[in-house]
Amino acid sequence: MKHYEVEILDAKSREKLCFLDKVEPQATIAEIKNLFTKSHPQWYPARQSLRLDPKGKSLKDEDVLQKLPVGTTATLYFRDLGAQISWVTVFLTEYAGPLFIYLLFYFRVPFIYGHKYDFTSSRHTVVHLACICHSFHYIKRLLETLFVHRFSHGTMPLRNIFKNCTYYWGFAAWMAYYINHPLYTPPTYGAQQVKLALAIFVICQLGNFSIHMALRDLRPAGSKTRKIPYPTKNPFTWLFLLVSCPNYTYEVGSWIGFAIMTQCLPVALFSLVGFTQMTIWAKGKHRSYLKEFRDYPPLRMPIIPFLL
Amino acid sequence: MGRLTEAAAAGGGASAARSAGPPPTPLPLSSTSPGCAATMASSEEDGANGGASEAGDEREAAGKRRRLGLLATTWLTFYNIAMTAGWLVLAVAMVRFYMEKGTHIGLYKSIQKTLKFFQTFALLEIVHCLIGIIPTSVLVVGVQVSSRIFMVWLVTHSIKPIQNEESVVLFLVAWTVTEITRYSFYTFSLLDHLPYFIKWARYNFFIILYPVGVAGELLTIYAALPYVKKTGMFSIRLPNKYNVSFDYYYFLLITMASYIPLFPQLYFHMLRQRRKVLHGEVIVEKDD
Repeated sequence: MKHYEVEILDAKSREKLCFLDKVEPQATIAEIKNLFTKSHPQWYPARQSLRLDPKGKSLKDEDVLQKLPVGTTATLYFRDLGAQISWVTVFLTEYAGPLFIYLLFYFRVPFIYGHKYDFTSSRHTVVHLACICHSFHYIKRLLETLFVHRFSHGTMPLRNIFKNCTYYWGFAAWMAYYINHPLYTPPTYGAQQVKLALAIFVICQLGNFSIHMALRDLRPAGSKTRKIPYPTKNPFTWLFLLVSCPNYTYEVGSWIGFAIMTQCLPVALFSLVGFTQMTIWAKGKHRSYLKEFRDYPPLRMPIIPFLL
Repeated sequence: MGRLTEAAAAGGGASAARSAGPPPTPLPLSSTSPGCAATMASSEEDGANGGASEAGDEREAAGKRRRLGLLATTWLTFYNIAMTAGWLVLAVAMVRFYMEKGTHIGLYKSIQKTLKFFQTFALLEIVHCLIGIIPTSVLVVGVQVSSRIFMVWLVTHSIKPIQNEESVVLFLVAWTVTEITRYSFYTFSLLDHLPYFIKWARYNFFIILYPVGVAGELLTIYAALPYVKKTGMFSIRLPNKYNVSFDYYYFLLITMASYIPLFPQLYFHMLRQRRKVLHGEVIVEKDD
């Protein structure tokens, strides 16, 4: 069996960083990354991007050396992706924040509102309901992160956690401040409006959860396979007939419900910003689906049926 | 289309600040390519990708411009000539006022219509980016133009008592010289006859003009604070139907504070551009 030699060069400076000899032909990129880490321990595998061309795409961890278009002496280019953090860590942190922060405002912890309001309780039913809904939403997200989602990538750049937490925590504080304010004004159309909004919220939460479960079942544990999602027996998943990312559709729906329930402009703004971001993601996902699968259902739109 | 690639190189590709003089409010942090929206776009779907390299962006931007149609070139040339003329008129009007009256009191009032017209017209530059006839990112241009609009309409126009402050003249002078230099730079670049002294001006004037402009703006906002607090203008108080509040006074304070992180970033970015364009230095950008 012929062994390969692998030299790893810096993609920007072309400096020779590492030379590996006696590499097995069936070695994967993941294994090569591990070998590289031995000589450069500060570059753990998650922050390595190895490619065949300095400006080309990153090679996947599963790629096998033998199957790459290289000679028996392979030259790989290395780019440092920067400090990495696991997706699970980021999700848990960015979701635990809003859960906790909202409760600080709900219980009117001192130094937020005037001292005469410390630890008082709102006299509006909708405020208590809103707290339950908001808390439920983030508890659901935390549990899904721990038990439901199967991530394609293990890590993301470290700076993302600061960006993401600022967004989630900032908006949570901003919304919670007004909803739990002593001068909060309940919805104009009273109990009717709240009931309708609650119905929308609950349906969308169930829908969102159903989609997450359906997506999880598409992918066996520990794998990174990608398949076209299809409707299942669960009626909430029938939205797959019309959109590529019904989880985002339901998520926007939940927040619209919450906005109607609280009649709070900051909530509406948060929904709008979230919708914009999710639309960008949905369009990207939709495009990947179209590229990867020739037989992708043509009726589907990225996020809003027939429209967007 | 050598002239346009030079403009691109001078512009420093996608992330450059386009003005040589003091851009009013410095840029947000993003120095990645325009396509990589400065949101969490990268975080969910593709955490590994930090965005295209700057060299790649410049090539792409240069390629885009090479395909710039006759219509776009004609329109941009007309636009830049018009803006150069407009700011020249403003400059002349300011000088004439001061020579005739010997004071800056009443100067803003005399030029305000022209200022508002030409500064507001600059909103078109956002459209130029959106339709791709200018290689700069929409976000960069958006922030720059927005901060000018903010200064003109939400500060000097709306807060009348501060219109005769000296600081107003300070930033008006800085803006005027900057814009005349910048728009004539673009005009000559588009016409493929860029005199060196204009390029020189664009990449040197900012060294003084930018801090001067920022000082003028900050001092003006600072002078406006007491009036804003007293009148409670542009503010919404609780309780109200939509459960929101806004305090313009605190908004102005936060705006002033935001100059602290943003100004040095933009200033140093322009300095780097200057070294690249005027002294041909090859600067290897740090990885994002």
